[in-house]
Amino acid sequence: MTPPSLAKFAFASLFFLAATAVHANPYEKTLANGLRVIVKEDHRSQTVVHMVWYHIGAIDEKDGTSGLSHALEHMMFKGTAKIGPGEFSKRVAAAGGRDNAFTNQDYTAYFQIVPKRALPEMMSLEADRMRDLRVDPKEFAQEIKVIMEERRMRTEDNPEALLQERLNATMFQAHPYRRPVIGWMNDLENMTASDLKAWYKEWYAPNNAYVVVVGDVNKDAVFKLAEKVYGSIKPHALPVRKPLVEPEQIGIKRIVVKAPAKLPFIAMAWKVPKLKDVDKDREPYALEVLATVLDGHDAARLTKDLVRGQKIAQSAGAGYDGTLRGEAVFTLEGQPAEGRSVAEIETALRAELKRIQDEGISAEELQRVKTQTIASQVYKRDSMMAQAMEIGAIEAAGLNWRDIDKTLDKIRSVTAEEVQAVAKKYFNDDDLTVAVLDPQPLESAKTRQPSAAAAALRH
Amino acid sequence: MKANMLPRILILIFSLSVSCLAHAGVDIQHWTAPSGARVYFVESHSLPILDLEVAFAAGSAYDPPGKSGLANLTQGLIDSGAGTLDEEQIAGKWVDLGARVSGGTDSDRATIGLRTLSSPTERNGSIALLHTLLTAPTYPADVLARERGRAIAALKEADTRPDAIAGKRFIQAVYPDHPYGVISTEASLQAIVRDDLVEFHRTYYTARNAVITIVGDVSRNEAEAIANDLTTGLPAGEAAKPLPPINLPKRETIRVAHPASQSHINIGTPGYARGDPDAFALLVGNYVLGGGGFVSRLMQDVREKRGLAYDVHSFFAPRKLAGPFEIGLQTKRQQGGEALGVTEAVLNSFLKTGPSASELKAAKQNLADGFSLRLDSNAKLLANVSVVSFFGLPLTWIDDYPGKVAAVTAEQVRAAFARHLDPQHIITVIVAGD
Repeated sequence: MTPPSLAKFAFASLFFLAATAVHANPYEKTLANGLRVIVKEDHRSQTVVHMVWYHIGAIDEKDGTSGLSHALEHMMFKGTAKIGPGEFSKRVAAAGGRDNAFTNQDYTAYFQIVPKRALPEMMSLEADRMRDLRVDPKEFAQEIKVIMEERRMRTEDNPEALLQERLNATMFQAHPYRRPVIGWMNDLENMTASDLKAWYKEWYAPNNAYVVVVGDVNKDAVFKLAEKVYGSIKPHALPVRKPLVEPEQIGIKRIVVKAPAKLPFIAMAWKVPKLKDVDKDREPYALEVLATVLDGHDAARLTKDLVRGQKIAQSAGAGYDGTLRGEAVFTLEGQPAEGRSVAEIETALRAELKRIQDEGISAEELQRVKTQTIASQVYKRDSMMAQAMEIGAIEAAGLNWRDIDKTLDKIRSVTAEEVQAVAKKYFNDDDLTVAVLDPQPLESAKTRQPSAAAAALRH
Repeated sequence: MKANMLPRILILIFSLSVSCLAHAGVDIQHWTAPSGARVYFVESHSLPILDLEVAFAAGSAYDPPGKSGLANLTQGLIDSGAGTLDEEQIAGKWVDLGARVSGGTDSDRATIGLRTLSSPTERNGSIALLHTLLTAPTYPADVLARERGRAIAALKEADTRPDAIAGKRFIQAVYPDHPYGVISTEASLQAIVRDDLVEFHRTYYTARNAVITIVGDVSRNEAEAIANDLTTGLPAGEAAKPLPPINLPKRETIRVAHPASQSHINIGTPGYARGDPDAFALLVGNYVLGGGGFVSRLMQDVREKRGLAYDVHSFFAPRKLAGPFEIGLQTKRQQGGEALGVTEAVLNSFLKTGPSASELKAAKQNLADGFSLRLDSNAKLLANVSVVSFFGLPLTWIDDYPGKVAAVTAEQVRAAFARHLDPQHIITVIVAGD
């Protein structure tokens, strides 16, 4: 089999090629109205991905109006002064393309994947709804019902999602990450078309957005087209965003969530630092490596030890995302094997942390993180959508697409000592929130009835 | 064998090469390896990546009676020990190679997919390791015991989920007396012993029962060598025997109690088999009915006009034999009856009149004009070519696709739906209805 030294060499040379190749690409231009346009040329096929990202998400919402950003995303398909409800998707389909949108805590994004000849029409469609969305109360009355069905499907009837929602609501007391992106059912029931119109007027502006184009295009032609199509949209002052900082947690929190299921589940979440300064920060990269050592690939520790070795878990995982607008969280989770308990999983997860705190990680493990990082960089170039998402996501966190390669370099520079240091420094019980799914037999579970308000809404 | 006359543009530049992937046609090269395995190859040097898939006619339809789950375990445990390597060594080697291994089992196929860098060290290491897995899995008894336990636990968990319950009851009812409708149970999994895996592997993981699809940064000569290296040492074996024919189910509505807030509704019947002459008419028709996202009739009537569901869709999932046609939706349980009524009305009206002229035009436009989007990466190319290769479709199938779509008429759609979706054979499953 492959001697490790050879593999290392081959990876190093490949990385060099990848790094030199991306040097000149993507390209960026800011229009006079503040709209930033980022273009990555990729001429492998005649596809173009066109995305419009807005710096508006659940993080910007207030109590009582959770779910506004997501609901507005739905209404963005319901027509403008120029085109009728549903017409947007019809035109994308007629061009041979597909479109969709997504909202999360930090952003709202819209995309079309089309044959390249359709890019001008896609830009016109997006510019039209950036400028002049109609929020028709009749359309809204139908759509909010759809969103409630979406909430039932995604959250109410999904034990893991329900657990995650309640975990967030518990670990954050002041920070807006405590509210679900889709919104609490009560807030959906009381949302109005004028709430959405106001939300749109406040936040949808070229100076709060950026366009990402990846595909078989010429950058100068795209900049010219963007200027023509988006350039005349007027910017406006955005509401002031106050700093949002969660007060320090001063003791462990534990919750239980009951839902129809068979196996229990446990999630443990610690508050940890996020990436703020791409050049100076070290800890976020070390946390990223820690997550990879625990759960980044098939030979990572949690599955190896808890599922395959000790056979106490049906599944086990770790997660860290330090690239975001709000507060970062490091999560460990697991589902006990049949006959084992969540207490045993919690003990085992803690033991895995303790082992890294005491003994650190091996050179082989560190090398594997680097190998994975380099291979991923090559593989991601097979997907235009993945490349567009990568650019969009780092921008959404308030960082810059130019930082993408830098952050990957930094991850590869992390030492075993740095990983051990973050494992020791964070993961204190005082910063920990634990959520346990307590499975309920179907027979005894209460049938979910809508609230009185929902019943009233039907009339 | 060249699949088309269009020129391939293959320029080897390392990363920003301007070579086009699936520019106007896909050149599928096809041959049979000395081992007897069929090989399909698309050369593409635009990225330093090699993707391949080895597929065996060894899906769950070949499970012996009473041992449902055997095909799945045989595939799933192929990396649980091979040659002199144990499962941890295998996992570690894949990670060190930077390779991604995928795969799974459906009713017809067991597949193992590999994505590796095409540089010789990584590529050769990956092919050698995959060869060891394919030809010399050891199926350790202790790993089988563990994985069987996990499979049973997952099965019990799934039996609490309304969507999983609906899916299971649906497939059982659509194929009442056929291997396509047989579902793993705790008893069938408990009945499986190590020798069953060894025997299943020996019978079905053979060269003549294998199809290899290769896409990426290797030459024809290298692809031939890869196919040879992978299948040397596999028993020649023989192609799997044909599956028994499908008998259509009797019309039936099945209701399952569940405390969920939404009813989960599945409606359908056996649809069509790969290679069916009606395939393109059914594809175009289904786009209009429920496959075309927001522009489909189901989406318009159930979601857009009435707000009854977030997700409503229909699809055909063609298999070796007639795979299922299925409509699926979820709706607040109190309005399950209303949503079902609207859905049935849409289906019945479509069966009666077929698509309008404008609907037909829109469907063709999207499917034909957008077809290139389905081939714009090595991963997507592999997914499409592996369908051609496993099901033995014509090598020109991908190139012919837009033309075949464009040629479909409204009358062909109506007639094809009438042939394949007889209301007398439609199954309806409602989980968590009021």
